[in-house]
Amino acid sequence: MTHRPVDPSTIPGWGIDADPRNDPTYPMRDVSKETGDPGRPMRLPRQEPRVELLVSIERTDLPAVFGTTVPPSGLSGTIRRSAFRYSESHWAHWLMLMAADRVNVVEGVVQDLGRGRIPNVPAEMGVRAEWAHNRTGLVQKVAIVGALMGLGWLLLRRRAR
Amino acid sequence: MLAMNYRGPYRVRLDRKPIPVCEHVEDAIVRVTRTCICGSDLHLYHGMVPDTRVGSTFGHEFIGVVEEIGPSVKHLAVGDHVLVPFNIACGRCPFCRQGLFGNCHEANPLATAVGGIYGYSHTAGGYDGGQAEYVRVPYADVGPCKIPDTMDPDDAVLLTDVVPTGYQAAEMAGIRSGDTVVVFGAGPVGIMAARCAWLFGAGRVIVIDHVEYRLDFARRYCPAEVYDFRSLGDPVVFLKKITDSLGPDVCIDAVGGDAAGNALHTLFGTKMKLEGGSAIALHWAINAVKKGGIVSIVGVYGPTGNLIPIGNVLNKGITIRANQASVKRLLPKLIEHVEAGRITPRDLITHKVPLEEISDAYHLFSAKLDGCIKPVLVPPTARG
Ligand SMILES: NC(=O)c1ccc[n+]([C@@H]2O[C@H](COP(=O)([O-])OP(=O)(O)OC[C@H]3O[C@@H](n4cnc5c(N)ncnc54)[C@H](O)[C@@H]3O)[C@@H](O)[C@H]2O)c1
Ligand SMILES: [Zn+2]
Ligand SMILES: [Zn+2]
Repeated sequence: MTHRPVDPSTIPGWGIDADPRNDPTYPMRDVSKETGDPGRPMRLPRQEPRVELLVSIERTDLPAVFGTTVPPSGLSGTIRRSAFRYSESHWAHWLMLMAADRVNVVEGVVQDLGRGRIPNVPAEMGVRAEWAHNRTGLVQKVAIVGALMGLGWLLLRRRAR
Repeated sequence: MLAMNYRGPYRVRLDRKPIPVCEHVEDAIVRVTRTCICGSDLHLYHGMVPDTRVGSTFGHEFIGVVEEIGPSVKHLAVGDHVLVPFNIACGRCPFCRQGLFGNCHEANPLATAVGGIYGYSHTAGGYDGGQAEYVRVPYADVGPCKIPDTMDPDDAVLLTDVVPTGYQAAEMAGIRSGDTVVVFGAGPVGIMAARCAWLFGAGRVIVIDHVEYRLDFARRYCPAEVYDFRSLGDPVVFLKKITDSLGPDVCIDAVGGDAAGNALHTLFGTKMKLEGGSAIALHWAINAVKKGGIVSIVGVYGPTGNLIPIGNVLNKGITIRANQASVKRLLPKLIEHVEAGRITPRDLITHKVPLEEISDAYHLFSAKLDGCIKPVLVPPTARG
């Protein structure tokens, strides 16, 4: 029970205007269902943590289940660990996680190359669908990117001379 | 097994991954028979959700056959064909016991504000999702629901998210008989919200978007009055004009953080990611709704924060109601509506493609090509 420094029963008129119909949360939240099943334990035993988990500092303990996919690793992992020093209420928490996500993309490419795989980025981006259903758009995009690269190349050559 | 693999914004592919195993006494392993791509997945695909790790498998809308169960699972058996709500919910915590299955406190160590969701970043618990051949399903006695024999699997897969979310959007709108309802967004969720608004007795249903083919679909399917916001000038002024100058009774935001229509929000929210996405549809909803009216939000935003006209929420006495859909709470009623033919979810499916074509399916749905409303992926193990 939360500590109550003031005893409500000592307040003149306490609860006099309470109105159970004043509940904008119904039916999303139905407190009448709250009784629960006394025969069932309210919390299951906890899943065995077998990978590194990052935990919100707003929690007091781990929940009974959690995901175990892609644990933090590398530089992005280090940034993520630092992000979890801040609560969910801090802008820094989320912005650091976003930064880690961007770093993680580079790590992903390095990982692919390390396994002898050159990622087929156009295929990953769905170029076949673009070719089938938005060909002019695709041609335009390729033309713009090509022109920009050509321009960059020309500028570099002029600098070099 | 084959599983979707996220490589970075706008980059996904299919790779091999180990088949998941039961990690908890109440887990099940489900062999996926259908899985969808959702507008929510687009927020991940566009790199908008913090802690979306490279190598993750997305997918929170799936149905499948139970292949394996943990020792304490009692209500499911191997071989059952089940539909799995997108929320991972324990059924026992204070929130689940109030019917708030989308807000379970026992499924996500990484964020207290967000429940556990399959394949929805580490911010939603770090679970791999159902855009794969197999998926781990925690709390298997609580979430999964056996698909009635008479039900089409294409209807069932849309009961994992789209139908309950659209329905809850209308439910939270507190619609009274004859009310004028405006739905922002003609994606699967907005279309379903508009359809369900009638079930609550709406008198007039208006849908706003800027994708012509989706508006055409909404006009016929919901059915609804539809408007392309690009042709309206100021959408708020327009909505007041067509509702006796006072505004609609309720507005539903079924767009979320990928909203188009305002350069500033697109720059700060969508491109620079300093906001949790662009909240321009919500901005319009708040400013258009009648005083004392209700704004119901199901569109998803990032956790950072957004610029919205909160001063007008106060000045106009608006009630805001919002949540992740509580799928399990709504399923019994919605299965009944589908079986009675009052809602026909599978009509939303425009593309049914092999899981192997996942990169193209994401692009098609994200770029709104080929008249795409809802894509469904079928893994090779389910094609027989
Ligand atoms: N609360 C939940 O439980 C829940 C569940 C599922 C989906 N969602 C969210 O609902 C939203 C819609 O999902 P969807 O699958 O229909 O996605 P979608 O991307 O297919 O649809 C969004 C639609 O909004 C339109 N749009 C963009 N800017 C707009 C604007 N300013 N005004 C009006 N329309 C605009 C787009 O053109 C698109 O048609 C997403 O944010 C998704 O994350 C929430
Ligand atoms: Zn979804
Ligand atoms: Zn719970």
